Amino acid sequence: MGKTNLDEFAMGSGSIDGIFGPVKNPWGYSEQYRERLGQDHKREDSDWVIAGGSSGGSAVAVASLTCFASLGSDTGGSTRNPAALCGIVGFKSSYGLLSRHGLVPLVNSMDVPGIMTRCVDDVSIVLGALAGHDPKDSTTIQDPFEPFELPDEIDVRNLCVGIPKEYHAPGLSTEGLKSWTKAADLFENAGARVVEVSLPHTPYSIVCYHVLCTAEVASNMARFDGLEYGHRSEVETSTEALYAATRHEGFNDAVRGRILAGNYFLLKQNYDHYFIKAQRVRRLIANDFLKVFGSGVDVLLTPTTLSDAATYLEFIKEDNRTRSVQEDIFTQSVNLAGMPAVTVPTVLSRRGLPLGIQFIGQAFRDKQLLTVAKWFEQQINFQCINLQGLLNNCDELHKPDISKIVMAPTV
Amino acid sequence: MWSFTRRAAQSVPLLGWLRPNRAVNPRVAVWGRQTGGVGVEESGPGPGPRPGRSKVPQSPSWQPVEVGELPEVSMEMIDHLERLALVDFRNQEGVERLADAIQFANQLHVVDTEGVEPMDSVLEDRSLYLRADKVTEGYCTEVILSNAKHVIEEYLVAPPGNIPLPKKEERDSFLQHSN
Repeated sequence: MGKTNLDEFAMGSGSIDGIFGPVKNPWGYSEQYRERLGQDHKREDSDWVIAGGSSGGSAVAVASLTCFASLGSDTGGSTRNPAALCGIVGFKSSYGLLSRHGLVPLVNSMDVPGIMTRCVDDVSIVLGALAGHDPKDSTTIQDPFEPFELPDEIDVRNLCVGIPKEYHAPGLSTEGLKSWTKAADLFENAGARVVEVSLPHTPYSIVCYHVLCTAEVASNMARFDGLEYGHRSEVETSTEALYAATRHEGFNDAVRGRILAGNYFLLKQNYDHYFIKAQRVRRLIANDFLKVFGSGVDVLLTPTTLSDAATYLEFIKEDNRTRSVQEDIFTQSVNLAGMPAVTVPTVLSRRGLPLGIQFIGQAFRDKQLLTVAKWFEQQINFQCINLQGLLNNCDELHKPDISKIVMAPTV
Repeated sequence: MWSFTRRAAQSVPLLGWLRPNRAVNPRVAVWGRQTGGVGVEESGPGPGPRPGRSKVPQSPSWQPVEVGELPEVSMEMIDHLERLALVDFRNQEGVERLADAIQFANQLHVVDTEGVEPMDSVLEDRSLYLRADKVTEGYCTEVILSNAKHVIEEYLVAPPGNIPLPKKEERDSFLQHSN
């Protein structure tokens, strides 16, 4: 079992804010990307490509062929975002299917452990090992769960795919739009019924998420006071001073920003105006989904991210909160409603970086969702990452120096 | 070692992935061009949208919601929040971040939520699982205490309580030194 890097406390959409350093996208070192950069482009080492976040390290571990599968967390898209930017499959199950015991809580009502793999079949294997009721997490449902295998021959002719029109949000890149359009056409050509649907509260979904997330974060981060576990400051003048100093030293800007905003929204004078209001909007958003699925739609098809992965220098032009608001736009409403969703790598952009497509399913119909995703994956046959150049360089760096090898004495 | 799946062809071992098919032109965006994939028909007979008639909307269907003015965050509010959260703003940037967050959240008030009940959890229609009141595990005092930095004989040690935080100026100075 390996541990991977992430944004601090899973807050962020670039995996650049962790204390151990940022996560770099392996596709930024691939032949596909470097060839398109051109020979005359002098690639600075600071111009690497971000992996997305917040579970960037887990995505990179799978995308760089280091491991079979990895786990992340998905509160607002933190598994699907890096999975899409790293060209792998990222799955968020229905809320209540996978136990959150052991997952450091960020937003208790939205967190789900995410699964990242290179293909959809592998997701169902990992899900089979993890899903089901856990007495240690009372938010897991008690319905019995049977591990399943996905069929190999899939016929989508009776499928109804919904295209929520509000998911053409301002800021969607031309390439993102093109890959979404082609995905929809692919289904229609295969005989599925593709219909345009509406989720009218989508523009407010990110705002609602922002308020609820910061409010729950303010509560969940209160446990980090340094007494029972974790970092503890040297200040000993008083308990409150210890807490303040520990938290000053232990939290980065992104985390503190969210805690303070959350506390603001939870103040007595603001509670109804912001927090309760956001909870009402959450119900409207969840009802939007229920209405659409109730009208006969089986799955929804949307882009996962606005565009392909940015370079680090481009990404840091805006702060953590702004970037989260932009990057999470297609992914967070699914967390508000508790639906399952999966991102499947679709195509390489003009720059040679992956773009993904997201499927959203009905609550607890994870098997159906994964089946549709598998069919799509079979049609796409997404190309694998070509890291030959990187490995050639590694060989150069790690040639053993014969003079330094010490021979152990034999008996 | 790499894959437990019976369909090893899809989750391929390391070697397979490192030696891609050189015959494929990496400059072309792959849409089912490799072996076995189904190509996308742009136009032609059979099911599927006519050219230019995709179900995906080709232009944004909404514009960003108008944000109001940037709210003013008073010194009192800053002090109050710092005491409540026991987290400091650190600098002017932190205050601006809060003002941005409030301005962003103000967009919510455009939405009509008349008669809508607040939603706590998506599982509100199900009853919460309560396990039987029987001891099934525990007896791990040492493990739990080993996480804490200061422990004396199974007690967690804290500095004296009931002492209010100092005023903002003094707080800022001791926090700077604590770095």
